[in-house]
Amino acid sequence: MQQRNRSARIAVLGSPAPRSRPAGLSSRSATAVKRRVVAGVLILLSLVLITVYFREPAGGGLHSVQSAGATVLRPFEVASERVARPFRDAYGWFAGLIHAKSENARLRAQVDLLTQRVIQNTNAAQENADLRHQLHYIGLPRFPQDYRPVSTDVISRPPSEFQQEVGIAAGSSHGIRVNDPVVTADGLVGKVSTVAHSTAQVTLLTDPNLKVSALDLEHQATGIVGHGQGEGTLTLARVQKSQVLEPGDTIVTQGWKIGGLTSIYPAGIPIGYISGASQSEVDLYWEAQVSPRVHFDSLRTVVVLVPKDRSLR
Amino acid sequence: MRIGLVEPAKAAALVFVAAILQVTIFSQIDILGGYPDVVLLTLVGIALLRGSIYGAAAGFFAGLIVDTANLATLGVTSLLLTIAAYWIGRYGETTGRDRARAPFVSVAVATILVQLGALILHYLLSDTVSARRALLEALPPKVALNLLLTLPVYALTRRLLALATAPEGATEVRLLG
Repeated sequence: MQQRNRSARIAVLGSPAPRSRPAGLSSRSATAVKRRVVAGVLILLSLVLITVYFREPAGGGLHSVQSAGATVLRPFEVASERVARPFRDAYGWFAGLIHAKSENARLRAQVDLLTQRVIQNTNAAQENADLRHQLHYIGLPRFPQDYRPVSTDVISRPPSEFQQEVGIAAGSSHGIRVNDPVVTADGLVGKVSTVAHSTAQVTLLTDPNLKVSALDLEHQATGIVGHGQGEGTLTLARVQKSQVLEPGDTIVTQGWKIGGLTSIYPAGIPIGYISGASQSEVDLYWEAQVSPRVHFDSLRTVVVLVPKDRSLR
Repeated sequence: MRIGLVEPAKAAALVFVAAILQVTIFSQIDILGGYPDVVLLTLVGIALLRGSIYGAAAGFFAGLIVDTANLATLGVTSLLLTIAAYWIGRYGETTGRDRARAPFVSVAVATILVQLGALILHYLLSDTVSARRALLEALPPKVALNLLLTLPVYALTRRLLALATAPEGATEVRLLG
């Protein structure tokens, strides 16, 4: 057996020999301190950002920086959206096939009905224009002739359930301002809530903070449209009980002017259809459920209505 | 292990792409009322693979991009993601190290906590919030979708960050004395 050539040390309990300090301890505690400092600084910085951003006006320093940042990010968002669009379209095409047959029959019946209405409406519109001309009638800004449409892509959606907004690829450089109404071919989408140089955020009609004065086209009942209980649904509230509502009635923007105040939405933009109504004896008003015409989950392009003359509003 | 400038640049690029994809594509994928959060999934990968400091910095950066792209209140998403990624990083550095289920546990817990935190923050900032919508309707599908995407996103993050697969720790034993 080969003997190890090592010098042995005798460990004596209670001996005053100094014990060497573990080498890793100081570096470990330094790392822990560094870790806490970094996390603390970042959290503090976030809180400072929230506070300053929340308290400063819309044209403040942080807002300007954010606007510049959004302008820088815009090409990336547009590129990403364009790459994804064919896949989304393909998905939409296959999803649409499932309901195509039943929808086809329904739409054919609807086309027949609407064709009759178009003829009636064309005559009525012509008559209305003639009468307005003869009376020198001064009215509210009218849709669409008093507005310049700015068509743009939807490029982003907030990644949370707390913001019913979409980002669009047009901003103040295109003449867009806060509170400009936003529509699609189907109807009212919402209004512009934040504007940067080349992007803007649009608050959707399904946002709890957005209310729109509305009119029942068939029965002339008026009320206020706001978000509904379910996702993507709307309600028509504050309709006088003396007024009549029926399922299937068309709801459009009312448009109004009181003194110097004018509704930001021109009259006559379609919102949706009455799908049901509830009334209890203790309520002062009707509250009706409205099925929106616009599919808020699949917005791809929208039109911002920029008033030709902002002094009219 | 010494980390140069390449690693942070890679992580920053990864977070940037994830944030852009989130605001343009993934936020529109509505499945049963929820949608996946690839920013959070990417942060889980970065924090577990690179630690809490790295994770917190990446979370802050990701939050800034998301809030800037959405013209939302700056700092809100940064705060949530910084805390979430720091916690995930600490979990990875301590109990979660080398455990196969660590990414899944991190994703599930972080998704729930971030959603709760967002609800509280938005309420404090006077936004109109619906706890029923956020917690009962959107959260369960969001957790499920995030868990579904955990493996591919984590694998991709691991691959892009080119993490050595060899276990960390002592590689040789030296006799002293």
